[in-house]
Amino acid sequence: MSTTSTPPASHAANPRHRPSLSQRRSRPGEVLFKLALQFCLLVAFAFLVALIAFAVIKGWNRLDPRLWQEMPTGAASRVARAGVQSAITGTLWVIGLTAAICLPIGIASAIYLEEYADNTRWYNRLLELNIQNLAGVPSIVFGILGLGLIARVIGLGFTVITAAIVLSLLVLPVVIIASREALRAVPRSIRQASYALGATRWQTTWRQVLPAAVPGMSTGAILALSRALGEAAPLILLGAVTFIRFNPDSLLSSYTTLPIQIYNLIKEPQAEFQELAAAAIVLLLVILLALNSAAILIRNRFQKRW
Amino acid sequence: MAVITPGAPVPAASVRRGRRRPGERVIEGFLVLAAVVSIATTIGIVVSLLFPTVEFFGEVSIIEFVTGTQWTPLFSIKQYGVLPLLVGTLWVTLIATVIAVPLGIGAAIYLSEYARPGTRKLLKPILEVLAGIPTVVYGFFALTFLNPLLIDLWPSDDKPEFQNLLVAGIAMGIMIVPTVASLAEDAMSAVPQSLREGAYALASTKMQVATRVVVPGALSGIVAAIVLGVSRALGETMIVTIAAGLKTDGIPWSPIDGAATMTSFIAGAAQGDLPVDSLDYLTIFAVGTTLFLFTFALNALSIRLVRKFREVYE
Repeated sequence: MSTTSTPPASHAANPRHRPSLSQRRSRPGEVLFKLALQFCLLVAFAFLVALIAFAVIKGWNRLDPRLWQEMPTGAASRVARAGVQSAITGTLWVIGLTAAICLPIGIASAIYLEEYADNTRWYNRLLELNIQNLAGVPSIVFGILGLGLIARVIGLGFTVITAAIVLSLLVLPVVIIASREALRAVPRSIRQASYALGATRWQTTWRQVLPAAVPGMSTGAILALSRALGEAAPLILLGAVTFIRFNPDSLLSSYTTLPIQIYNLIKEPQAEFQELAAAAIVLLLVILLALNSAAILIRNRFQKRW
Repeated sequence: MAVITPGAPVPAASVRRGRRRPGERVIEGFLVLAAVVSIATTIGIVVSLLFPTVEFFGEVSIIEFVTGTQWTPLFSIKQYGVLPLLVGTLWVTLIATVIAVPLGIGAAIYLSEYARPGTRKLLKPILEVLAGIPTVVYGFFALTFLNPLLIDLWPSDDKPEFQNLLVAGIAMGIMIVPTVASLAEDAMSAVPQSLREGAYALASTKMQVATRVVVPGALSGIVAAIVLGVSRALGETMIVTIAAGLKTDGIPWSPIDGAATMTSFIAGAAQGDLPVDSLDYLTIFAVGTTLFLFTFALNALSIRLVRKFREVYE
């Protein structure tokens, strides 16, 4: 492959046409550099494809209704009749509650920081810095918070509600940061027009700013919840590791979730457990991919460009 | 307090007064309350780490903790040297960084300087999907796919163990590529177009613009991206718990050994039914504090660096 593809004749024919500045310069190094950059992306994508393909192939035999109709087991003799039903219902309970806790708090915090707070005040700057820092705290440290404070000192124990509170706190910074960006994208003129018509601050926020920011906020919310959905580390500290053979039925039930159940299955040495783990992984990835696509779709279709 | 300042323009003041309702105040109070939750979380984390840690150091000397080379709180002969966990963590973090930094920055340069808008719109969501894959899945893939492959391809007879730090580091490296790439790309996009145009006017090639103008111009952001990636790697739990094992008796001198990190020790210890307030139970918090301090320092550094590139160009 020659890098200077334009024949010199074209220059002679059109002396004023000079795109050749960049072309004359294009050397093998340039091409190699671009190839190297593409290679970087390729490695990441190849890994993604291999990971998904491997899970599908390995879990293929177990991708059937048993997966959601049967309960988990730790006994090798019963693994053929095992599924992950309690993990699916547990995930629904925990993530549903997480959404109910973290979305209102996160969006309200974002509204405070964007619409109300005077960000020259030290306490508001501290608040902002604190949120940025929380976003970088390892998830297992949130598990320690749940274990030490929420489960033991407050006394909620190893229950659905403890898990939901901990996951809410974990993804709260993500919700706040995404919601703030969505609010910031609403132009100032909308607010000024509303104020000019005599609306109060909350009327302006509720009737003008929030509706315009909903698409951006929902994208952030979905991404935050899908992070909570895949999270296992903090829940290991919150008593979710056993093979639970019943569905949770209240806020104070014991529970397990899909990522935790996958971890449980991986730990077992027999191949049947590994297959079931792969099938559960495929289920988890399908849910996450659906959520991610929804987020991207909402962003591309409903986000207004002002 | 509805006091009209004397001399204030009357219409403006009356508009505000007429509209002021108690509801507005109540709502603002709720919003402040919501914002306070995140402060309370930080305080909660510090409190829940601090008290058990202080209790732990009441029984184990800090010197033993920092310099001991054996971590065996769950064995009959108990030793509390955190070095094996630290070295395990460093190995995994180092391997992950060596993989993620070139790949992430390469991807960022491509996305910011080479890719057409259409291509970029297609590629970025795929990177986001990669970032959204749960870490248990990475761990599973590392243990059951990458590791057998690694053992097969290993050149010497001293094969990697069934669980080892190397394979966990590789998987974690790929995991943090999107983190590094996305922040680095933000920083590169913030470099003003005029700098690029100036370089092109001096007859630079695309590669020269990318490596000599854009990368130096975005350097603080790129460093922030790397620091954030390192902090992610330090705090990652599931990949190491699954793929690197939970061994803690002795410093892992080689990355092909299986060994625990700080995070996987915590995860491993929490799975046993530890009696509350036993010394074993307190180890979770002592190691957690160590981990928290490391990541806190890195995050603070990263936040400062990001602020720096924002200040320069925005």
